[in-house]
Amino acid sequence: MTDMRDPLATARGLGSAKDGVNHWWMQRVTAIALLVLAPWFIYFAVSLIGADQDSVKAAIAKPLNATLLVSFIIAMCWHARLGLQVVVEDYIHGWQEITLQLLIKFIYAIAAIAAIIAIGRIVFSA
Amino acid sequence: MAARQRPLSPHLQVYKPQITSFLSIVHRATGVVNAIGGLLIAAWLVCVASDAQCYVWCQQILASWFGKLALFAFSASLVYHLLNGIRHLLWDIGWGMEIETVVKTGYLVIALAIGLTGLLWFVALSGGVQ
Repeated sequence: MTDMRDPLATARGLGSAKDGVNHWWMQRVTAIALLVLAPWFIYFAVSLIGADQDSVKAAIAKPLNATLLVSFIIAMCWHARLGLQVVVEDYIHGWQEITLQLLIKFIYAIAAIAAIIAIGRIVFSA
Repeated sequence: MAARQRPLSPHLQVYKPQITSFLSIVHRATGVVNAIGGLLIAAWLVCVASDAQCYVWCQQILASWFGKLALFAFSASLVYHLLNGIRHLLWDIGWGMEIETVVKTGYLVIALAIGLTGLLWFVALSGGVQ
C-alpha cells in the first residue's frame, strides 16, 4: 500500500493536531507522579483531622510537606485538566465544547495558582 | 436533501454489562469526581491561608453529614481511580492485556478499592476526629 504521507510529517510525528503524543504522554507522567503524591496527600490529610488552623499551617509550612503539597497540586491540576479535556471532546460538540475546553483550562490554571499562592503564604509567614 | 441512512454503531444498551466496560466508565466517572474534588482541595488551602473565620466555616462544612458524605465519596473515588490507574499504566507497558487477566485485575481493583477505602475511614474515624 502506498503511503501518501509526506515522509517529513512521519519523521516529525506531530500529527494533524501538531502536538504529537504530548497529551497522552503528560497524562502518564502526571499519573506516575500522582501514584506517589496522592497517597501521600491522603496520609497528610488524615493526619490533620481535628487539627486547628495553626497546627495545619505549621504542618504545611514544613519544607518537605510544602514541597510535596505544591507537587501534588501541580500534578493533580495538570492531570485533571488533561482528563476533563478528553471527556469534553467525547461528549460535547460545537461552541459549547470550545467554551468548556477554555473554561477547564482557565479553572485548573487558576486553581493551581491560587493553591500555590496559599501554600506560599503559609510557608513564608510561618 | 434527505440524509443518507448510514450504518450505526451498535448501541450501548444492547450489550450485556461487562466488568471491562463497567470499570472503564467508572474510571472516567471517578476521574471527573476527583477533578471536582481537586478544586475543593485548592479552595481548602486558600481557606487555611486566610483568616480564622474562613477556616472555621470550612471545618463546619467538612464536619457536617453532607461534608462527611462528600469526603467519603471523594476518597472512595480517589482510591478507585488510583488503583485502576495502576492497571491502565500496566496496560500501557503491555502487561495484563489478556482478557482473563483483565477480568482478574478488574475484580482485584474492586476488592482493593473497597478494602483500602474502608481502612482509610477506619483510621480516620478512630484516629483523630476529636
